[in-house]
Amino acid sequence: MLCCWGMLVHATLDFPGWGDPNAPAHLHVAPEYLEQAYEETATPNVVTAVLADYRGYDTMFETAVIFSAGLACFFLLRVQPRKEEEEDRFFRHLATDMVIRIRTPSMHVPDSPYLQQLDPYWTPRSLIVRAACRVLTPFIQLFALYVVAHGHHSPGGGFQGGVILGASFILIALSHDLRTSMKMTPEKLMGVLSPAGVLIYAGVGALCVVAGHNFLDYGALAEWLGTAPEAARSLGILFVEVGVAVCVMATMIIIYANLSSAGGYKQGL
Amino acid sequence: MIWQVDLAILALVVICAIAAVTVRDLFGAGILFGAYSFMLCLLWAVMGAVDVAFTEASVGAGVSTVFFIAAVFRTTRRTKD
Amino acid sequence: MESITGLILAKYNYWMYISLMMIGLYAMIAKNNLVKKIIGMNILQTAIILFYISIGAKKGATIPIIMHSEGHGHEAVHAVQYMNPLPHVLMLTAIVVSVATLGVALALAIRLYARFGTLEEDEINDQIREAP
Repeated sequence: MLCCWGMLVHATLDFPGWGDPNAPAHLHVAPEYLEQAYEETATPNVVTAVLADYRGYDTMFETAVIFSAGLACFFLLRVQPRKEEEEDRFFRHLATDMVIRIRTPSMHVPDSPYLQQLDPYWTPRSLIVRAACRVLTPFIQLFALYVVAHGHHSPGGGFQGGVILGASFILIALSHDLRTSMKMTPEKLMGVLSPAGVLIYAGVGALCVVAGHNFLDYGALAEWLGTAPEAARSLGILFVEVGVAVCVMATMIIIYANLSSAGGYKQGL
Repeated sequence: MIWQVDLAILALVVICAIAAVTVRDLFGAGILFGAYSFMLCLLWAVMGAVDVAFTEASVGAGVSTVFFIAAVFRTTRRTKD
Repeated sequence: MESITGLILAKYNYWMYISLMMIGLYAMIAKNNLVKKIIGMNILQTAIILFYISIGAKKGATIPIIMHSEGHGHEAVHAVQYMNPLPHVLMLTAIVVSVATLGVALALAIRLYARFGTLEEDEINDQIREAP
């Protein structure tokens, strides 16, 4: 290990000094991005412009990688509980806090607003934690939407906004239980949204082809949107970022739900 | 950028990394990994990579710590090394 | 002496990144526990990301968001004033992909624990050898 460290340190002797403005990395393509990004895309945040426009292919397949990671987690861990092996079920009567235990697996309990199904290891969470997380969640989600929509002018964008949006549902799962969270974000909906995000991204690219330009060349959308090509590029970046955010959010929730319940979707952390 | 701040954060990053791989409790290792990610996020903010710092704060320090804790909760906390 | 001090000042960042990388590599190779290996893999990843970001840093430059004012257009942009955005873009996606790979790795670890009842690599190997 030390030998490897020594060799790598020796290799750094040929590097340009740290923060040197004349390093080769700063001299080729980067100045063009910096100087032209605002004129060509009307997007002051150059990172967003390069991410979604100049290097759009890269980001599209990045999104596809995230989707396939969610898919891999799903296939590795998800198990459907078999009916005959099902353990005792517990239901809590909400008004009196009494808990009913049902031992016969064949007995059907209809959905009712007065009964809440509990997990065998359920323990009551602190009221303060639950109330605080419940109050905080809408603000987190609002901030996530702001991050997605304002990625052109400030740091942020689809990836960050999607992760924060997913994290708000994970917070609900942590402070209440996984069942409550999965009622808000049903598994089937998340399974649809995750590929839908990738499809939004690819669909925006395909629309550009239909309009007669190259794939992911958002300037093509100018005629349909009735704006200048620069503004159309800015809007195209926004559409693409929404696709990224949807995909990332759904994937984070899928991965969390599978990891924390080892595939059973019954009880989380 | 101020080199004293830079050096202090770099030292903290290395300490957190060593602690995360040596501590004999997987739960503690997960938490220390979260601290490591947060120190990296500070380092990137100091370097001027604001987008990357934002991503690391939400992804590395937030979600991946939760993933680690979820996995440790589902398996075991004990480790021999 | 002057030149050695200058060398250390210009390069100490890189040496720290290499140390981090070696910590991650050591954890991946030498540690016995699967979760420790995954942590080592993440440390290696982030060390490489750190190295790339440091390439994009420029002395005396600001963050890569172009200064502009509504309606007045903007002054001509000089690339020297702004950080290099390219490494930021590449590494931003790398971080998000790293959390996705982390999820898959932890899922595999959970499956292995469900199958063998342990996360230690040598015990898993023993169990595989004993089974016909």
